[in-house]
Amino acid sequence: MSDVIDRPLLEEEKTAPTRLRIVDCDVHPSLRSTDDLNEFLPKRWQQHLKEFGSHLRTPYLFTTPYPRSSPLIARRDAWPPTGGPPGSDLAFMQKQHLDPLDVEFGILQVLDLFIFSQQNLEFGAAIQRAINDWQLAFWSHRDPRLKASILIGQDGVDLAIAEIERCARIGEYIQINVSPRANEPLGRRRYWPIYERAEALDLPLGIHVGGYGGHAPTGGGWPSYYVEEHQSNAHTIAAQLASLVIEGVPERFPKLKIVFIEGGFGWIASAVWRMDQHFERFRSEVPHLKRKPSEYVRENFWFTTQPIDEPDEARHLRALIEWVGIDRLLFSSDYPHWDFDDPRFAFKAPLTEAERRKIFSTNARAVYKF
Amino acid sequence: MARHIVASTSEIPPGGNKVVDVAGRDIVVFHVNGEFFALLNRCPHEGAPLEKAACVARLTSPEPGVYERSRVGEMLRCPWHGWEFDMRNGQSWFDPKRVRVRSYPVAVARGDELQKGPYVAETFPVHVEDSYVIVEV
Ligand code: FES
Repeated sequence: MSDVIDRPLLEEEKTAPTRLRIVDCDVHPSLRSTDDLNEFLPKRWQQHLKEFGSHLRTPYLFTTPYPRSSPLIARRDAWPPTGGPPGSDLAFMQKQHLDPLDVEFGILQVLDLFIFSQQNLEFGAAIQRAINDWQLAFWSHRDPRLKASILIGQDGVDLAIAEIERCARIGEYIQINVSPRANEPLGRRRYWPIYERAEALDLPLGIHVGGYGGHAPTGGGWPSYYVEEHQSNAHTIAAQLASLVIEGVPERFPKLKIVFIEGGFGWIASAVWRMDQHFERFRSEVPHLKRKPSEYVRENFWFTTQPIDEPDEARHLRALIEWVGIDRLLFSSDYPHWDFDDPRFAFKAPLTEAERRKIFSTNARAVYKF
Repeated sequence: MARHIVASTSEIPPGGNKVVDVAGRDIVVFHVNGEFFALLNRCPHEGAPLEKAACVARLTSPEPGVYERSRVGEMLRCPWHGWEFDMRNGQSWFDPKRVRVRSYPVAVARGDELQKGPYVAETFPVHVEDSYVIVEV
């Protein structure tokens, strides 16, 4: 079977067969500038932001450490004509993304200010709170398709719990986002109170890959190239998946839903097979686990699709999808970043209409209860 | 092929481009170093608008540590995933499906042929007549 595209798709192919309204689980809004936060940030922290800025575990401030293929890692066509960074203009986002791609719901994923990596936990909590309020005021209240997440810094567990409770009372948030690279692996006991609240509130836990946690993103140290670093996103979350499963988070919180965002899914089968195999051999080390790792993965975890691996043959992608499970995958575009996936053309695996519907819409609707 | 007058040459500054609708097709005309090139305004990968592509040079390396730029401004880098296309013929030079070391002797194979990708962006003949840019479709 050949899946090489040697010509642009024709107009009629874009719309046929049935247009599916999609749920996009990874849309990145941006601040126009940090001034957008002023109305939500107490004077004391506004002043701190101006005078001292972020205190991170890496030396990089307000920028990515190198241009990473494209300025602000964005599509070149996503810079709003009105100025400001990509993702900062709602009207432009509607016109370029939400309307033409028929996005029924778009889940906002905020990365500004390296929000998860703040070392000053009080300052971190203040900007997380401001950004949580900003998501409603600037985005979801202006376009009800857009859904906000509760951003917390999980290293300040008590502050995080307070913010979860505050936002849960507001009642408009659809998940709790935790850091992909906190101080310790995500399965650690110190973070359990957060998972307990998430389970009790029935809010999925979102883990969006990326950022700088201060640790090298691979077990082998710091990468030299962007292409190498990009590859390491998969290792990092494979390690987090293992930590959560093996340290027993889904065993202790069986109703907790965990969504890995922007990690792709090509690596999952191998990671899960290996965990299962080792579980059989080393069961006595982890008596707190009552079931095989794969069973937890199939019940408690979901994965967004982007970046989709593009094997030579579409049937191989199909096989990967089957191994992960059609019901585990949630479509995501990563708009407006440079590796954005267009839902009309990105998914080159042969899928039935019913399977498409699950991946592009109904799985996410079930997880997030839209 | 019909001839369509799409612009006066002064309308498209060097390094710039103009999107035109020719016979119902969205075509983008680039001006590079006094030459004009026309391509369908859709990347063959996922359909990004090529009008937003970066016009870059061809970067080659005869040996590790030595880099050469040539044909400055004639290569298009797609605004989304960065695949590169030759403006002259639409040939892709980026092939994410075969990024592996080939096993036959590199010394006898031409490097530029080895690197060509299987994708081709659709191009159209362009002429300049009396300061008008004409695209054949
Ligand atoms: S759409 Fe052009 S490289 Fe992907």
